[in-house]
Amino acid sequence: MERIPILRMGDLLLVTIQVDMHDRLAMQLQDDLTERIVKDSAKGVLIDISALDLVDSFIGRMISNTAAMARVLDARTVVVGMQPAVAITLVELGLTLHGVKTALNVEKGMALLGKSYK
Amino acid sequence: MTDVQTDAVLFETGLLDYRRQQRTGRVTLPLRSDEDVVGLRKQVRERAVAIALSLVDQTKLVTAASELGRNTIKYGGGGEVHLDALDDGVRRGIGLLFVDAGQGIPDIDNALRDGFTTGGGLGLGLGGSKRLVDEFDIDSRPREGTAVLIVKWKR
Repeated sequence: MERIPILRMGDLLLVTIQVDMHDRLAMQLQDDLTERIVKDSAKGVLIDISALDLVDSFIGRMISNTAAMARVLDARTVVVGMQPAVAITLVELGLTLHGVKTALNVEKGMALLGKSYK
Repeated sequence: MTDVQTDAVLFETGLLDYRRQQRTGRVTLPLRSDEDVVGLRKQVRERAVAIALSLVDQTKLVTAASELGRNTIKYGGGGEVHLDALDDGVRRGIGLLFVDAGQGIPDIDNALRDGFTTGGGLGLGLGGSKRLVDEFDIDSRPREGTAVLIVKWKR
């Protein structure tokens, strides 16, 4: 079955979404991530959406829900790399990703999670 | 571009005749599964690039198509979408007409309001899609079906 890979870096989990996700794939990612947070005792989740040229209400809700679930599991989530056109469309659609932390790129996202490259 | 013809008309609506003199190259795609929505997004993106829509307008149109395509499957029980190239003599555009033979929308005004949902979602689909495009029309009848038309013009 098709899956989006989740990489572990120390106590961070890194997800780079590089395919146009259909709805089941988005739900699968949500399940996989919550499972990995617990299994790897992860403290932070970084979701890189820089390759996504669209975030609709379904994907947006998946991202919000994942961040909320991670919070309950004692991990923080940062979404990084949103394209400007995607941001404009999201807000006009009425989706504000309430409660989701964002950063412009992976480096800033890691800084937000209290990590540094060394 | 593949031209997938599905089984005739699902819901007899006047919207099928919209801008008859101004549209060309109609392609009809089935909407039955998640993968069909992904395929639709790809085709709409290709057409938007072909008429040189700005990146923001491309993204708005593809996002609206994604929302409405999902509605057709989730609430309409599946259906089809017609993709049209438009030219009104002054500007070029893209028209998308979503048709299903589902239960219809009992109260359209309500359904267009943000936060209205019967499907457990965020309720942004219909009203949100309307905001993302230049023209929006809807024809829905109880137990017959629903047709939603959106148009985006090149600025």
